[in-house]
Amino acid sequence: MIEVQGLAKRFGKVEALRGVDFTAADGQITGLLGPNGAGKSTTLRILCTVLKAGAGSARVGGIDVAVDPFGVRRRIGVLPHNSNLYGNLSARENIAYYAELQGLDGPALDKAVDRIVERLGIEPFADRRAKGFSQGQRLRVALARALVHDPDTLILDEPTNGLDVMATRVLRDVIRERRDDGCCVLFSSHIMQEVAVMCDRIAIVAEGRVVVDGTAAEIRAETGCDDLEDAFVSAVDVPPIASSEVS
Amino acid sequence: MAGLGVVFRKEFVDSLRERRSVVSALVFGPLLGPVLFVLLTSYAVNLQIDETEQPIEVPVVGGEGAANLMAHLFRRQIDADHDRFADLDSLRDAVRTGDVDVGLVVDSEFGDALRTGEPARLWIVADMANNTARRSISRLRSALGEYGMGIGIHRLALRGIDPNLATPVAVLTDDVSTPSGRAVLLLGMMTYFLLFSTLLGGTQVAIDTTAGERERGSLEPLLALAVSRSELVWGKIGVTFVFMAVSLAICIVSFAIAVQFLPLAKIGMTANLDPLVCAGIYVSMLPFAALGAGVMTIVASYTKSFREAQTYTSIAMVVPPLPIILVVLNPVQPSVPLMLVPSLSQHLLVTELVKGEIFDPLHLVVSAATTVAVGVACGLATVRRYRSEALLV
Repeated sequence: MIEVQGLAKRFGKVEALRGVDFTAADGQITGLLGPNGAGKSTTLRILCTVLKAGAGSARVGGIDVAVDPFGVRRRIGVLPHNSNLYGNLSARENIAYYAELQGLDGPALDKAVDRIVERLGIEPFADRRAKGFSQGQRLRVALARALVHDPDTLILDEPTNGLDVMATRVLRDVIRERRDDGCCVLFSSHIMQEVAVMCDRIAIVAEGRVVVDGTAAEIRAETGCDDLEDAFVSAVDVPPIASSEVS
Repeated sequence: MAGLGVVFRKEFVDSLRERRSVVSALVFGPLLGPVLFVLLTSYAVNLQIDETEQPIEVPVVGGEGAANLMAHLFRRQIDADHDRFADLDSLRDAVRTGDVDVGLVVDSEFGDALRTGEPARLWIVADMANNTARRSISRLRSALGEYGMGIGIHRLALRGIDPNLATPVAVLTDDVSTPSGRAVLLLGMMTYFLLFSTLLGGTQVAIDTTAGERERGSLEPLLALAVSRSELVWGKIGVTFVFMAVSLAICIVSFAIAVQFLPLAKIGMTANLDPLVCAGIYVSMLPFAALGAGVMTIVASYTKSFREAQTYTSIAMVVPPLPIILVVLNPVQPSVPLMLVPSLSQHLLVTELVKGEIFDPLHLVVSAATTVAVGVACGLATVRRYRSEALLV
């Protein structure tokens, strides 16, 4: 369960978030949908505890990210935007490194790594160094790294960017599987079709705020548009902020 | 602190597999210094040996009237060349342009003056601003002086006067330096190379584990794991320290081997680098690896890319050896206050060891404590840096 209330953040003069509110329930896939620069990544980075909120609160599994970041980190699996592997380590070593840092060791470590390697079809290249991996292979390993400690919350930032059809399919299958296991999955995207296909609930983010929030049907009803794309466009079409606020 | 061990192990394996890091730690860092040192010193030593033994050729104008003088110069390994220049002006031009190091002009009245007991005139034609000619000039000058002195002694003896009367005082020098003490003049350079190769040995690792990780995009997911920032940072610094320590060890051993090939004995020096002295050097210098690991890590952690980090670490690499250069220009005796200055303290301790002397143990303790303290301070600053959001923004 992720609960976000009035989250605000500025970087110097730029106001990245101006009060983000939404809730992502367990056993559901929640999508943060919004144009580039809307504040999706900043929101997710605060939830991952790598950035601190300027105002407002965020709780993951009932734990406040500002109060107990370590408690949050133990429960979450993270796939940041454009994240990369260690090229000199094999796929298996990359996964084991994260598992160990999350506190696994001994037989439990080996078991967890073997299980996720098998689940994501990594075996054929598990012991090869990550340097020459294809985009799809890299994604599988990065995903395995995020899932190896069996987190109950999954946070993915634009995970399908630049992926081919097969890799996207693996990713979707895994996300759905975690959802069906009762996991809380939150992912961001600027591609509406993807969000429409994957998500149980959608929060549309624009200009550092959640402008509409609900199931696809609820959003269509609220915006008065039959088509989700029209709904998206009407939702994000807020008046542009004055340039002096941005510079 | 289990995370520290995990980070250390991973960064160690990662760095060992990175050819750039291994080559700079095991090859470039530790071997470049000694090789350069041996080449430079043996060149300098050979030059010194050669020049005293090799005959030099000096063009002479008007030497026909001074056969005895020419014979004397010949015995002093100075060959007179009478045919090259016909007159003073052409000789002066050749010296001015640097074609000739030094020339000699014999006065046309030379023979007559000698016979009548007047001072017989000789001119040394030289460019005193020409450094390379200095040695030839002084050889010629002293050979001429000897010749004149010999004639003077004969004259006094012929007149029944003891020539010693013309030498009222005898100034002698009692050189108490030992051959290994004299070698310090050369081996003083060694500490500079040791410090440098220590830094060089771990800098690639420091960059790879910080700026490199950031540039490759592996940092952000790492920071979202349940491991403290201080464990992350100390694990990384630990690996850099190990690489620097290994680089230092190889550098000392290769110096010990390299000095065997230097013709030090020919110039009255011996290099005292037996295993015990090497071990002492290692113990004295090891704290510097802790400082180097801290400094290079904090510098690299403030940069965003490998290239940027290389630029700033190369600048940082120049700073630590600076105190040594000051001491070379203005030598000092080891003392407790000086032991508070990292790199300078290591230089002074190593110099004592190379001289074959034992340093005050207090000096070693003060030197190690302050040097490690600087390293730890840099480490703590890096932890702070890793706790700040600026690392990701």
